[in-house]
Amino acid sequence: MTQGRTRGGGRRARVRTAVGGASAVLLAAATLGAWGAASGASPARHEKLGSPVVIGASLSLSGDFSTDGQAFDRGYHLWQSWQNAHGGLLGHKIVLKILSDKSTPTQAATNYNALITSDHAKLVIGPFSSLLTVPSAKAAHRHGYALIEGAGGAPAVFDLKLTNVFDVSYPVATGLVPFAKWVAKMPSATRPKTAAYATITTIFESSQFPLARKILTKAGVKTVYTKAFPTETTDYTPIASGIVSSHATIVLIGTTAVPQISSFMSTFESAHYNPKAIIATAGPDQGADFLKAVGTKNAIGMMVEGGWYPGFKSKASEAMVRRYVKRYGGTASSVNADVAEAYSVGQVLTEAVKATHGFTNRKIIHFLHGHKTLQTVQGPVRFNAKGENVAGLDFAFQWQTKTGKPAFEQVIPPTAKGSVPPIYPKPVWGS
Amino acid sequence: MGTQLVQAVIDGVLTGGVYALMAAGLTLIFGVLDIINIAQGIFVVLGAYLSYVLWTDVGVDPFLGLLVTIPALFVLGVGIEWAFIRRLGERDRVTMSILVTYAVSLIIEGALDIAFGTNVVQLRPSYATSSFFVFGFYLPHIYVYGFVLAVVLLAGIYVLLYRTRFGASVRASLQDRTAARLIGVNVQRVSTITFGIGVAVTAAGGMVFGTTNGFNANSGADLISRLLSIVILGGLGSIGGAMGASLFMVVLEDIVATVWSPVWSPVVYFAGLLIVLSIRPVGLFGRAAARAQ
Repeated sequence: MTQGRTRGGGRRARVRTAVGGASAVLLAAATLGAWGAASGASPARHEKLGSPVVIGASLSLSGDFSTDGQAFDRGYHLWQSWQNAHGGLLGHKIVLKILSDKSTPTQAATNYNALITSDHAKLVIGPFSSLLTVPSAKAAHRHGYALIEGAGGAPAVFDLKLTNVFDVSYPVATGLVPFAKWVAKMPSATRPKTAAYATITTIFESSQFPLARKILTKAGVKTVYTKAFPTETTDYTPIASGIVSSHATIVLIGTTAVPQISSFMSTFESAHYNPKAIIATAGPDQGADFLKAVGTKNAIGMMVEGGWYPGFKSKASEAMVRRYVKRYGGTASSVNADVAEAYSVGQVLTEAVKATHGFTNRKIIHFLHGHKTLQTVQGPVRFNAKGENVAGLDFAFQWQTKTGKPAFEQVIPPTAKGSVPPIYPKPVWGS
Repeated sequence: MGTQLVQAVIDGVLTGGVYALMAAGLTLIFGVLDIINIAQGIFVVLGAYLSYVLWTDVGVDPFLGLLVTIPALFVLGVGIEWAFIRRLGERDRVTMSILVTYAVSLIIEGALDIAFGTNVVQLRPSYATSSFFVFGFYLPHIYVYGFVLAVVLLAGIYVLLYRTRFGASVRASLQDRTAARLIGVNVQRVSTITFGIGVAVTAAGGMVFGTTNGFNANSGADLISRLLSIVILGGLGSIGGAMGASLFMVVLEDIVATVWSPVWSPVVYFAGLLIVLSIRPVGLFGRAAARAQ
């Protein structure tokens, strides 16, 4: 026993020595790596003209956000191919280095550290979702890198008060406001009397509800059901049944993806519950995926908030949609809003690099804080001190029927360019 | 609130049947093979995809399609047992089984990702959104059918285990693999067939899951933690325990979600699990109780 303990002690000592040595080497390497990256800059003058420039991103290519993550991947690559076909960035061919984070925040942070210190990416662009943007922005900030992103618009991202985050999409907190204002402006005779609210507890979805609920309550729309549910929820039946029992006239649901909204819709339909309007924060904007999951007839009348749709009235957007369909197939209506968000990130990055004549992150950050309005496929972009896009547009979209086929239309604000009249009340299920 | 509470209990019982279908194979495999099958979640998803393909491409009703998907997953289970599980030694068997089945689950998930992409799909036969109206409550057809299917299949497994010669071999292996070998039971053959049955059952669970939920290849990861907690609460190796624990878990969660908040549902359930395990470490119908059935 003693002998064994002694042998074990000797082995432990050797292990300790080895671990200690390895730690010292790693620490030294990390310090050197951090020192090298700490400038957060890779000046163009160090780049040979025409040599590739590596731009890194972490995306959710698997896991809960994989549908959105893969759409972002296509958006980034669409921008890359177009930009490379038009001279790249300052004559440098763009090489995208994309790592998968499996939809987990810790992996996203690890990926950005690796992209900056190991892969020596000159610039980094954002992941999908606010949940992953928070740790990613911190990682990029530590290295002095700008993080231009398109899907991290929750207040939790900007509450970090980091100076390196720039969200090209509209601020999330106002996402449901156009819908709420539209309801509030209805004549009192037709205005809904009651509303039900159910939202997933992620920072993106839950942050959209307070403002909308405040507007609706002020307009006399009584809250009859309100519940939040965790992201781990796999059975939405009790929440959907609760909404059914509340008999709410309109329903606002905070969802992140198609399976959630389709589960709610299934329960509503099987209980013959037909609210006059249903708006979700995500799901109905997933084009063909949504139609496939819920059926074309049930999709009609469903609303979703958002900042872009394939029919967005802008030449740049229409051109991007055409290029997307040519490259990836499908139809224009199947183009996911995530694609436009990702593409817009690339456009803003291009403008920043051109304006600063290089890849110096410090200069790019300074430029983006300069209150200059930039144009993207999603519309205008102008950042405030927190990195929010204060010029961003937000709408409500609705599935309608156009020449006998389902069409995803911009409906709210009713007076906005490109809006068509909303279908209200929503048709009964299956009609 | 009273009506909502009754609706929550009804929903919980019906949904609990679906979870029992998914968990039954997991507990059976552990009971006989002494392994933890982390791949059970992805087998459920695979079962859902098989039903989806039969329904969308061939037009076969999901319930009728079980005549194809159950044997298909049985064959797959036998193949996996032959290729990976039987090569596990007795030493660190449980730990190694977690690693091996996790690897199997990653391979299947990757293959499904390549074959179907990450887009979410859902089976939508007409009965997916229709319902019975009984005493003022809506009972969705798919949940009622799923519950009946769970009862029939679990009863079938029970009959197989307790009313057949093969079942006696299974139970002998469940009690003591070495002793079973000594009395002439071909433990290897029993293990292979049991693993096949355990995987085959998930075809039914997957079909109902795919009809009540949107799914993609990643959905298995969300399921496995719940399924493991069900078989631990029910008692590893107990089919009846899987059914009882599924009903307990979903009914409790639904009641908490209705009267309090869905955020607290898993917390209350896991607190209940801890309390049960601190009183009965083998679970509600753990091995000792299972052997006595």
